[in-house]
Amino acid sequence: MTATTTSARSDLSELGRSETALRTFLHGLPGVDQVGAEQRAAQLGTRSIKTSAKAQAIDLAIRMVDLTTLEGADTPGKVRALAAKALRPDPADPSCPHVGAVCVYPLMVPHVAEVLRGSGVHLASVATSFPAGQAPLEIKLADVRAAVAAGADEIDMVINRGAFLAGRYSEVYDEIVATKEASGDAHLKVILETGELATYDNVRRASWLAMLAGGDFIKTSTGKVPVAATLPVTLVMLEAVRDFRAATGRQVGVKPAGGIKTTKDAIKYLVMVNETVGPDWLDPDWFRFGASSLLNDLLMQRTKLTTGVYAGPDYFTLD
Amino acid sequence: MFEYAPAPESRSVVDLKPSYGLFIDGRFVDPTDGGSFKSINPASEEVLAEIAEGGPQDVDRAVRAARKAYEKVWGPMAGRDRAKYLFRIARIIQERSRELAVLESLDNGKPIRESRDVDLPLVAAHFFYYAGWADKLPHAGFGSNPQPLGVAAQVIPWNFPLLMLAWKIAPALAAGNTVVLKPAETTPLTALLFAEICQQADLPAGVVNIVTGAGETGRALVEHEGVDKVAFTGSTDVGRAIARAVAGSRKKLTLELGGKAANIVFDDAPVDQAVEGIVNGIFFNQGHVCCAGSRLLVQESVAEQVLESLKRRMALLRLGDPLDKNTDIGAINSAEQLARIRELTEAGAAEGAQQWSPPCELPERGFWFAPTIFTGVTQAHRIARDEIFGPVLSVLTFRTPAEAVEKANNTPYGLSAGIWSDKGSRILWMADRLRAGVVWANTFNKFDPTSPFGGYKESGYGREGGRHGLEAYLNV
Repeated sequence: MTATTTSARSDLSELGRSETALRTFLHGLPGVDQVGAEQRAAQLGTRSIKTSAKAQAIDLAIRMVDLTTLEGADTPGKVRALAAKALRPDPADPSCPHVGAVCVYPLMVPHVAEVLRGSGVHLASVATSFPAGQAPLEIKLADVRAAVAAGADEIDMVINRGAFLAGRYSEVYDEIVATKEASGDAHLKVILETGELATYDNVRRASWLAMLAGGDFIKTSTGKVPVAATLPVTLVMLEAVRDFRAATGRQVGVKPAGGIKTTKDAIKYLVMVNETVGPDWLDPDWFRFGASSLLNDLLMQRTKLTTGVYAGPDYFTLD
Repeated sequence: MFEYAPAPESRSVVDLKPSYGLFIDGRFVDPTDGGSFKSINPASEEVLAEIAEGGPQDVDRAVRAARKAYEKVWGPMAGRDRAKYLFRIARIIQERSRELAVLESLDNGKPIRESRDVDLPLVAAHFFYYAGWADKLPHAGFGSNPQPLGVAAQVIPWNFPLLMLAWKIAPALAAGNTVVLKPAETTPLTALLFAEICQQADLPAGVVNIVTGAGETGRALVEHEGVDKVAFTGSTDVGRAIARAVAGSRKKLTLELGGKAANIVFDDAPVDQAVEGIVNGIFFNQGHVCCAGSRLLVQESVAEQVLESLKRRMALLRLGDPLDKNTDIGAINSAEQLARIRELTEAGAAEGAQQWSPPCELPERGFWFAPTIFTGVTQAHRIARDEIFGPVLSVLTFRTPAEAVEKANNTPYGLSAGIWSDKGSRILWMADRLRAGVVWANTFNKFDPTSPFGGYKESGYGREGGRHGLEAYLNV
């Protein structure tokens, strides 16, 4: 195994240099059978997570939330309140862990940074002309540099879906490499916008492309198109990070984003992580939820488990 | 680590009686010959209930009741009225599906996830499907006025007790026959609950009769002079004996027997889904599936990769309490079956194949066998030829599509086969050449009441399910 891993590693690093090599590699990946993938995702969704396992899952899910607001109407006041919630999601219960990160637009980063400084909660900024990514590369990179300079330690970029769907894989690859470089020490999450890629074969290829180009995380969606994260799409991406680590030795994180609203949903994702890539990924460093309303449902279920009764939504903060 | 806490389904939905009689002519009666046996929970060896053992006189009573019901009530009844009863039974099965699923898992040992999500939905679907045919028989393609056969003797196995009952009873009743059914001696309980459902549905007395017992009861039933039709699902050996017993008589016969299916994985297969399909093919229902994909034929160029993925996936299988909603592999149905699985796996190891199982703790009580694969298997090994009927997979390799066909067909059986490839033309080329009743492409163990099921060669004859399944119960 070690011998093949070493040789595979050197091979893969060369792929980005040639459009032909990249295409041959991506199209040589095993296909995904749609029916089978959806069936497996549905089957994992039938796991019954109760009592102690549920409590453990809820706390883990809270720690994995990228608490997100990406609205034109965002203001410094709004994002500061969100950051405060990220630090203490449940003011009534100090044992409740903080979330994984706060995710905002670049202009809002300085305001969030003030609140989060030294807390251990990460600060993610979308960049690269989010959500469409339809801007010249130089402008996208300037967007990234500005976000990092303002204090973001995680960058959520979007890939050039137009180039990907047109088969110009090198262009997508080069953009990711450039963005990674512009991000400096910040972690790079690569948003595939799977709702626009349409097929699972494309999702698998885009996942590999993002990983080959140096992405630290692969993320499903912007939340700005009708189809956001789904269980089968996340399954295909988890299989990709698993296979990528086996081939290269490098571990890449996964972030489903958009449409995950309930504790029940979140637990289905955690079960899928557990049974697809295993415990190495059951950590906020390697798996995140891009979500906003999910957090309050997690808090309600957490309170239910500790107190035995459901508290009304008025007992949880709306920030 | 993310450990799933126990999530047991409640047993309280099941109301087990200490003992059960025979269901003859619409009532539960004591056996004339007086014998009884116990049905146990294979996961704990706990006795679930005392079951009446039907003797020749009881079988005679049941056949006579069925004959009377056929001549007086069910045969003359309009198809639309028979449909009404079948629809009613289907709905009651849906309403009581949790109770039936729990009872099935208790008596059989299969995981509740499977009895809840596979067995019971299919059972109800079968009754709904054939209910729809009852008033449309002239349009089934068997002539303008096809007639029922009369009294059907039906003997079913223990692997899918209620589902096999549905496969037998639903088409028989839809076509206008009455039935005497003998469930397997290790799994009679859901059939007896089904008898209660027949009462609840006001099904006329004698249309369905359930006679419990072992092999001798079954023999008395199929050999009874008053029977017009015999339908059997079970082992090839017993199937042969039945074929001999009914030879030369007027009885029509359908047999659904053993299998040794090849699950064929090509180098262009969708690997992750193929691995799921391999797991589902052989570990579904502990491998107690006549159409199980018990021989994996994998193209040599991807064999290493597929096996690595398969082993990783097998390590995630959760073996244990069948009533736990997170259990993937339940108990082996009986001590006898466990002994057979052990004997064949020992032969596999002795003949030089390499045995592998994931780390897997087996409960102390009950009958258990860890999911197992054998690599380095050749066509000459017993584990590549004999039906093991357990969670044991034999892995063989091939180089070309023609070799895959040759190896897949090189068995006396021919019930099912699976093909995994992204290339549609190859799938069709293979399906044309595989001598198996069912060929699945990029999936495995998929069942639907509209789809006929049955075997080539020593896997039996006749078809169950679909329009074709009616033929076995009509005078055509």
